[in-house]
Amino acid sequence: MTNTLHRYGSGESFKDDYIVFAIPARGINDKGAVEKEQRFLEIARKHNPVNMGDASHGALFRPSKSLNPLVHWYRKLTRDFEAVIKGVSCPTTVAAVFDNPDAVVAFVRDLRAADLGLSINISGALEKVQECARRAGLERHSVEYSLGFIGQTDRMADRRTLELSTMCGHGMLSFNLVRKLMEWVKQGRRTPEQASTTLARFCSCGVFNTRRACRLFEEELK
Amino acid sequence: MRFRGIYSELSSTHIPKTQILAWSPLLLPRKLCPRPAFLWFHCGMQIDTRKCVACGNCISVCPMGAIAIDPGVNRARVNSDECVECYTCFRGMSMERLNPTFVRTIRGFLKLFRLRFDPEPDVCPTSAIIPDELAWPRVVRRAFSDPLVTHESTGVHGRGTEEVKTNDVTRRVGIGEVGYVVEFGRPTVGVRFRDIEKMTRALAGIGIEFEPKNPVTHLMSDVKTGKLRDDILNEKILSAIVEFKTRIENVPAVLSKVDEVAKTLPTVVALGVSTRCAEDGASALEPVLAEEGFSFVRGKTNLGLGRGASGA
Repeated sequence: MTNTLHRYGSGESFKDDYIVFAIPARGINDKGAVEKEQRFLEIARKHNPVNMGDASHGALFRPSKSLNPLVHWYRKLTRDFEAVIKGVSCPTTVAAVFDNPDAVVAFVRDLRAADLGLSINISGALEKVQECARRAGLERHSVEYSLGFIGQTDRMADRRTLELSTMCGHGMLSFNLVRKLMEWVKQGRRTPEQASTTLARFCSCGVFNTRRACRLFEEELK
Repeated sequence: MRFRGIYSELSSTHIPKTQILAWSPLLLPRKLCPRPAFLWFHCGMQIDTRKCVACGNCISVCPMGAIAIDPGVNRARVNSDECVECYTCFRGMSMERLNPTFVRTIRGFLKLFRLRFDPEPDVCPTSAIIPDELAWPRVVRRAFSDPLVTHESTGVHGRGTEEVKTNDVTRRVGIGEVGYVVEFGRPTVGVRFRDIEKMTRALAGIGIEFEPKNPVTHLMSDVKTGKLRDDILNEKILSAIVEFKTRIENVPAVLSKVDEVAKTLPTVVALGVSTRCAEDGASALEPVLAEEGFSFVRGKTNLGLGRGASGA
């Protein structure tokens, strides 16, 4: 999931950002992967993830195709765990986002015990992730480093916009939408929670960290 | 035809080449375009001008900035050359099914008093966004831009790569080897295949062998030279990844070449490198990267819990 590799921010900015995901290897261990992935999500749910999703069908926060006009005055910020778990219907990548290392360690311990046989990866600040792995009794097998952006970087947005928009590495969060919501939060037209939920609906893989987004919006208010 | 087959599922009809040309308003005058007047402009994502109320919500949602209000008709319009068929507007926005005449009347009335209704920013009030059937080569845009589409060539959705995410099972990158993911167009800048080709040709020139299980490699007409198919070169996409691996001692030369070429491209390049760790979790790549002046805070860690069907 390169989707989560190149998130923008300093090491401190990732203190509440851990994405644990499971993926089968195509043609090798993808048979029976659906049940294992559902099990992965069920275990994740016990550890209270900030967000989770199935890269083929959607995440906890989803857009609706038949909204009632009253949503302009009152919109529920609910998370439908069952829809995500039952929605897995083909081998894909499933992910759960956590905002603290203790939950990650407990989750990884449970995954070890469940012995799913799928590849399990954690995306986050490398040192903190290695610490989590060791606390769970594991050494890393392979590691992938984000070396950042090169080329015409002047075409990218400002730091805060990038911190928020790169939380969907597939590019579903436009710079303009992030800027618009940041302005609305500053103007008091939306709360940080409402703004981060709005952004999360565009991330279909469920890797958008609403908790980190809330914190970033709140920092922008200070 | 082989490549057309790869993306056949995305294209619900196979359209003869002559008809594809006729569908392009850029090539033929409007009166020759065989489409209803309200949809004449596009081959791809479109906005139904009968339904659009020009609320402008879709404008900020579009990652490519390809939607704008046409002042002539006061309706939103998609610039089909800039649109990458990512489906963010269609899939990501929530929809209401309000009557367009009713909404326009309300908006017009409020406008008289210099008031403006403040709708939810992720809602299209009249469900005016309509995806169109995509023909080759435009269908490639969606394959590389819509993360919910699975690449037939690799069986993986998104950008279609497994990288080291499954390295504990596939053993693709071994000890002493380095895997590279060179990603173009990210974040939210976009890229055309002709720019990706500049990089693949340069890399092929220094002896790089591209990862066969990668969607961009599948679109090469000559893998040895890094040449991409001519008919896709002008297609714009949100992002794509070129993958390959080398021995660890080649890292400085490869990164230097990537940096040199990236400076000449009109887009952004995101760079990732990976390796297999030793038993104690140590990575031989870290000192090499530090020596080259790269800082690395964030990354992806494979915990080694995967196993093949045989349990190995």
